[in-house]
Amino acid sequence: MSDGSKLNSRRDFLKSGLIMISTAALPAEASRPPQSHTTPEATHYFSEAERKFLQSAIDRLIPSDERWPGALEAGVVNYIELQMAGPWGRGELVYRHGPFRKGSKTQGYQLEYTPGELFHRSINAINNIFMERGTTFSELSAAERDDYLTKLETEEIDLDGVPSNIFFDFLWKHTVEGFFADPIYGGNRDKIAWKMIGFPGAYTDFYDLVDKHGVEYHREPAGIGDGPMHMHSKPNQGKG
Amino acid sequence: MPQKLKEVDVVCIGVGFAGSILAKELAASGLTVVGLERGRERHSVPDFQAPAIHDELKYSVRKAFMQDVVREAMTFRNHRNEVALPMRQWEGFLPGTGLGGAGVHWNGQSWRYQATEFIYKTHLEQRYGRKFIDPDLRIQDWGVSYQELEPYYDKFEYLIGAGGKAGNLNGQIHSDGNFFESPRAREYPNPPMKEQYAGALFRKAALELGYHPFIQPSANMTRPYTNPEGMTLNPCVYCGFCERFGCEQFAKASPQTVILPKLRELSNFQLRTEAHVLRINLDSTGKKATSVSYMDAQGREFEQPASLILVTAFILNNIRMLLLSGIGRPYDPVTEKGVVGRNYAYQTQSYVPVFMGEDVHLNSYMAAGASGTVIDDFSVDNFDHGPLGFIGGGYILCGSTNARPIEFHPTPPGTPRWGGKWKEAVRRHYNHTTIFNLSGNSTSARQNYADLDPTYRDAWGLPLLRITFDFPDNDVRMSRHVTAKASEIARRMGAKIVVNEPRTKPYTTTAYQSTHNTGGTVMGNDPAISVVNRYCQSWDVPNVFVVGASNYPQNSSYNPTLTLGALIYWTADALKTRYLKRPGPLA
Repeated sequence: MSDGSKLNSRRDFLKSGLIMISTAALPAEASRPPQSHTTPEATHYFSEAERKFLQSAIDRLIPSDERWPGALEAGVVNYIELQMAGPWGRGELVYRHGPFRKGSKTQGYQLEYTPGELFHRSINAINNIFMERGTTFSELSAAERDDYLTKLETEEIDLDGVPSNIFFDFLWKHTVEGFFADPIYGGNRDKIAWKMIGFPGAYTDFYDLVDKHGVEYHREPAGIGDGPMHMHSKPNQGKG
Repeated sequence: MPQKLKEVDVVCIGVGFAGSILAKELAASGLTVVGLERGRERHSVPDFQAPAIHDELKYSVRKAFMQDVVREAMTFRNHRNEVALPMRQWEGFLPGTGLGGAGVHWNGQSWRYQATEFIYKTHLEQRYGRKFIDPDLRIQDWGVSYQELEPYYDKFEYLIGAGGKAGNLNGQIHSDGNFFESPRAREYPNPPMKEQYAGALFRKAALELGYHPFIQPSANMTRPYTNPEGMTLNPCVYCGFCERFGCEQFAKASPQTVILPKLRELSNFQLRTEAHVLRINLDSTGKKATSVSYMDAQGREFEQPASLILVTAFILNNIRMLLLSGIGRPYDPVTEKGVVGRNYAYQTQSYVPVFMGEDVHLNSYMAAGASGTVIDDFSVDNFDHGPLGFIGGGYILCGSTNARPIEFHPTPPGTPRWGGKWKEAVRRHYNHTTIFNLSGNSTSARQNYADLDPTYRDAWGLPLLRITFDFPDNDVRMSRHVTAKASEIARRMGAKIVVNEPRTKPYTTTAYQSTHNTGGTVMGNDPAISVVNRYCQSWDVPNVFVVGASNYPQNSSYNPTLTLGALIYWTADALKTRYLKRPGPLA
């Protein structure tokens, strides 16, 4: 079983009838993430202008507040860069045979672009729109950025072949992924999103707790890259 | 030139639950058996070990264990006047691949079907009259009865170490089990799972409303268990990474944990992974299968002759294999002639998000794939449909399988989709919200079917399977009724906000609903409306058997795996006691 000493002490603790006490880091502390050696840093997949757009956009999608950092602080741009530079971004995980044609909403994504291409095309198209106006997206006020993001979300502005609502959905999907995914993927820095909601992470064994109803359970969340694998005893399974 | 291999007695196309159990039964009786698995070999150690397996992005979002969509997708449309387009990534449902098949990444929800479901048409027409059933529906009887399958249900439950409490033990009713279940001859091999907090709240509310709550039957072990094959499993630890993942604990029944190692001890069984079957070859009469053709990972083509061929792939690939091999006449929705692809059905899933107060700590991440408290009062024909004007129903389940945050972060209606208010709502509701899962049946209908796509092809140049499906109006009415009942229970639980979300048309493949596809190679007693007979044997090519949820004439509200298990052992028995003694049509 996993980490026997901890399990036993937890079991003893529960037997004593006490309620679990929070051991989670305080939010104020958590908002100053230490550099974790498990967080990979992106190579430069996006241009400076593309990255700047992403930073100013995701900062509005999941903004920081007085208690909890937002997507920018959590490293979501870093996450997106790493994803786009990998097999997912290169379109190596999707069926890409043509013919490509517009379908109904129930048929899902039907553009010919890989995720990486979709990001490049859309962001460059947006940057060009602002360049023609003599400004940039990131120079807008927070409220103006929200308005523009809403416009992308609700309209089908042509972004060099990508309807803006599809781009927005894509951006939002990856922002949520980067915010909540295990920190090994370069976002969710210091497990800040998991701390915010109280998700315990990748190390999970709740045999003793699942039927302790209503227990307020707090634990420093643990990610895949945090420590030694916990090993499980292997029952008699023969070979294979 | 394809390399022709030495003839064997039996080939299984696909090595999941069906392939591994049938191979074990037949190899143990002395036959030479080859299992062809298109995916990779994988085992509890090292492939499913924590913490690496607890990776939501890789396994749940990017679908690492699912059919390789890059090489082999499917196309979809709602209606036959539309152009089907490929599902370019898996979203709506998740076809498995690899050794163990979908038996690796299922949740373990272990339901028997009811006796009336096997005589669904006969029963409903007797009770409500023929005119009561919508004219587009194509329900039919299975050709096999619950009473015939009961010993095989039992056998599979003991193989997988199912945990539960009998509700009907030889006619004797036990109120802590499922009041509505059909009689079983034996108690479950293991006790029920632990009850989650949300489930306990649900139980109390359901009892107050006069319903019959119980703990869902599960193939996640509830204590150490050694099955009749001699395989030992550990208790489940409620890790919250079950469906879409492999189990690191040896606690979820899968082919790997309940039978595969025993199968592989038999020297007359040979497993070949990354062996992609292209077709079953027939002789010049078209009535006898002679071999299967497959490609290995290096792109070399082989022909494997065999005297008996078992189609044991994921249900959609069972249909496609017959279509690609020219076995059985393809279904035509205009003339209603032909049978292969006919009666494709799905699951009419709906949800009721239940937002409790911030003082109610549900800890929904403490979860097993099959944990949950459930009522069966609105399933099948457990209530009078007469005044309601629809057939079928669904169970109402309260209990989480997980609270993995990329995909679970519920917010109440009216919350903005993004921004600071969204973030605050996610934080506030994450640990205080549960989502009822309503598993509604799916009634087969004339307009819903599967065939080969005329345009899109796989990596081997073969046409993809094309699915044409939308929810029949009957099922939409059913969902509206059952979902409203669930919302009443949620309000009784003291929820602050209850969201009533019945299933509506159109069906979409863009959001996960269920992987419970059924039909397309349905079983029955009439070859005009079935592909295989009551022993899962092809009417057209008697040395081909098809064993999968593709045999179900319509889909139940209950999860399909246990009934598949019963059909596997039922078919194994028919093969061993009858077919092998005298090969030829069994019905």
